[in-house]
Amino acid sequence: MTYTAKFRVWRGDDTGGGLVDFAVEVNEGEVVLDIIHRLQATQAPDLAVRWNCKAGKCGSCSAEVNGLPRLMCMTRMNTFAEDEVVTVTPLRTFPVIRDLVTNVSFNYIKARQIPAFAPPAGVAPGDYRMQQVDVQRSQEFRKCIECFLCQNTCHVIRDHEENKEAFAGPRMFIRLAELDMHPLDSKDRKVEAQEDHGLGMCNITKCCTEVCPEHIKITDNAIIPMKERVVDVKYDPLRWLGSKIGKRPGL
Amino acid sequence: MSQIERHSYDVIVIGAGGAGLRAAIEARSRGLRTAIVCKSLFGKAHTVMAEGGIAAAMGNVNSNDNWQVHFRDTMRGGKFLNNYRMAELHAKEAPQRVWELETYGALFDRTKDGKISQRNFGGHEYPRLAHVGDRTGLELIRTLQQKVVSLQQEDFAATGDYESHLKVFAECSITDLLLDEASGAPRIAGAFGYWRETGEFIVFEAPAVILATGGIGKSFKVTSNSWEYTGDGHALAARSGSRLINMEFVQFHPTGMVWPPSVKGILVTESVRGDGGVLTNSEGRRFMFDYIPDVFKKQYATTEEEADRWYTDPDNNKRPPELLPRDEVARAINSEVKAGRGSPHGGVFLDVSKRLPAETIKAKLPSMYHQFKELAGVDITAEPMEVGPTCHYVMGGVEVDPDSTAAVGVAGLFAAGEVAGGMHGSNRLGGNSLSDLLVFGHRAGLGAADYLQGIAGSRPSVTPQMVATAEQTALQPFHNEGGENPYTIHAELQQTMNDLVGIIRNGAELAEAIARLDSFKERVRAVKVTGGRAFNPGWHLALDLPNLLLVSEALARAALMREESRGGHTRDDFPGMDNQWRQVNLVCRAEGDGIAVEKQPIPVIPSELLGLFEVSELEKYFTSAELAGLSTGGAQ
Repeated sequence: MTYTAKFRVWRGDDTGGGLVDFAVEVNEGEVVLDIIHRLQATQAPDLAVRWNCKAGKCGSCSAEVNGLPRLMCMTRMNTFAEDEVVTVTPLRTFPVIRDLVTNVSFNYIKARQIPAFAPPAGVAPGDYRMQQVDVQRSQEFRKCIECFLCQNTCHVIRDHEENKEAFAGPRMFIRLAELDMHPLDSKDRKVEAQEDHGLGMCNITKCCTEVCPEHIKITDNAIIPMKERVVDVKYDPLRWLGSKIGKRPGL
Repeated sequence: MSQIERHSYDVIVIGAGGAGLRAAIEARSRGLRTAIVCKSLFGKAHTVMAEGGIAAAMGNVNSNDNWQVHFRDTMRGGKFLNNYRMAELHAKEAPQRVWELETYGALFDRTKDGKISQRNFGGHEYPRLAHVGDRTGLELIRTLQQKVVSLQQEDFAATGDYESHLKVFAECSITDLLLDEASGAPRIAGAFGYWRETGEFIVFEAPAVILATGGIGKSFKVTSNSWEYTGDGHALAARSGSRLINMEFVQFHPTGMVWPPSVKGILVTESVRGDGGVLTNSEGRRFMFDYIPDVFKKQYATTEEEADRWYTDPDNNKRPPELLPRDEVARAINSEVKAGRGSPHGGVFLDVSKRLPAETIKAKLPSMYHQFKELAGVDITAEPMEVGPTCHYVMGGVEVDPDSTAAVGVAGLFAAGEVAGGMHGSNRLGGNSLSDLLVFGHRAGLGAADYLQGIAGSRPSVTPQMVATAEQTALQPFHNEGGENPYTIHAELQQTMNDLVGIIRNGAELAEAIARLDSFKERVRAVKVTGGRAFNPGWHLALDLPNLLLVSEALARAALMREESRGGHTRDDFPGMDNQWRQVNLVCRAEGDGIAVEKQPIPVIPSELLGLFEVSELEKYFTSAELAGLSTGGAQ
């Protein structure tokens, strides 16, 4: 069961770096993060990596394994051939800090720009009433573990630094969708998604959905419904007229 | 030294899990300029690992539930060693704290009439745990994280700066508390730490510090805890002159994964049992029926038929013994494995596949389904899981004033959540942790606000000498010559604790553990790190080692002194519970380079609270002298 694997790990910092080769022991049932930890313990004690729960629940150990955005703790070694070189590199969309650790502050800044849940007026704590079928839609998006793999893979910003200013990214779109579909949120989120967070820049290639370790249907269940309703609100002439004469503010 | 980054705040919250964030929200809401300092990214704290739910007697599913019943369950679970006042405040305030989360945007699973749904859990008489599938901890952390952001948005609207009143210092580790001892008694002046990213130092000046650093699981080899759980808050408090209580009580969660080796210890939620999962041994026997202790005989079913009826008719049947408190279940699994009736990989079987339809399992236990499928190649809707005990939680922690969470012995120091001791006595019930975080996180914020009001103009000051000493200590591992690699020392420390201070203990092994821990002191002092200061995990671990060693010693020494078995402390040389020992807390203080332990009487439970129990039950825990004054019991 035990064999020696060939690992190639990116090492360096914001001034530069490159791939470093390692030969390292692998045991039955192990995941890529185990191997990175073995490298730390035996060959490279200062190898920088983020991790916490090691069970796919915290979203800390995001990296690119053989070019694919993955959680290292959920990538089993038996998905690779024993003689295959396993290449581990940091997330490409965010600036490198050191080795496999990147600066993900972009995501926290964007999160801060989304207005928070707006509680319904006049409903006291303890009096919130919602049906399971209604909360379920938002609950899907609240499964998000903020691993930022969707943000990393999204081609709108992956190789286009210039788009980062205007584009909040898939993680933030599911946050907006979650609030929009929250049965008791008292704000309208659709126009805001389009005008302030760059929803229109997404051309639904579904790359984000493919890499989501929580299997959230980001494109189908969040982005597309939001886009459809934006069209409804912004471009339907009757609704436009309604909103202008004050009969139907927002939606 | 003049280049060290400095900040001045009213209160520093160390830790950004449930307790830390709730404390920070309260402190900021009371007008305090608040800093949250955490070792990981914002939103990654260990709270995300909590699965089952938040215990709060809202009575949404069974209207017989109320704070008195919750209080009773909590005291029973802790074998009456709990600080009664903490258990009382906790049971009374938990519902408000949960309802408040909905106003922050939390979305719990619902009952048919639209209220927050509540699920059954070990030791809880009624369905009591507010939950979101089996990812309740994630919901809690995200909700609190988003509330912090919403307060920052309010501050931005008012001041033009998101961080004017509440700032998160993420990936920043605190290595020392700075104390002003000018007046004789120590009081908090600030905290010293380093940025993980750059390795640069940072000094906080603040008259109040709230510890919310979680637990100590990383002193054990098999644990459900992440790397962050290195006992930082426990050690910071002890080194500052505060005290730790109940350190001998460690919760080994009965169901951790046992295979493959790399995931050994990862948690399998108790909800699996609450929702119908049963434990069997290699002979196919539901062995928990063989392990119902006398004190619980009245509350648990003794036949499989009755146990099975309980899931659909809980009012007329007793609950299955799979739902005994965690300490009982963990010991039972341990005994079955020792008796040679374990599963192939050294655990027992936990099976929900024969009890619920596949779709229900996927809906109720989505992350368990996912976890086993992806990490072990096991489909829990079709086959049993293999599970065994894993170090999960420490009941012991900083001795605090129950109402304000103020740490005993150091003015301006507060502690909430797992790092505080007393609330759970000798054993914590599942679901009582998330509620603990909220109730005492909230109280810590209030406590700090009251403290600041009290000291008004007389703020303590940070001296250059304090900072210089802290800096020197933190850099020492780079200067050491010939010492060992921190990973080696850590692995051996974990092995020692697992082998000698684990789930079943005895005097000889504990004495051996203490001797070995003593030999670790020099090794930890001499630890050698290589590389630079920027994001160097080896250095980070080297700075965590003294904390791990301190809590390990406190644990081993208290465990050796307590000559009985109770909750999360089992001595095979003293297998019985001893009612004399119930009256005693063991208090650990830092002394020299080690830990001194002494006995301290536990607070006397007032008769109106004792009156919630039947005398026949109290007789199992209390001495006759203690009960002499109690006139009538059985208020129920």
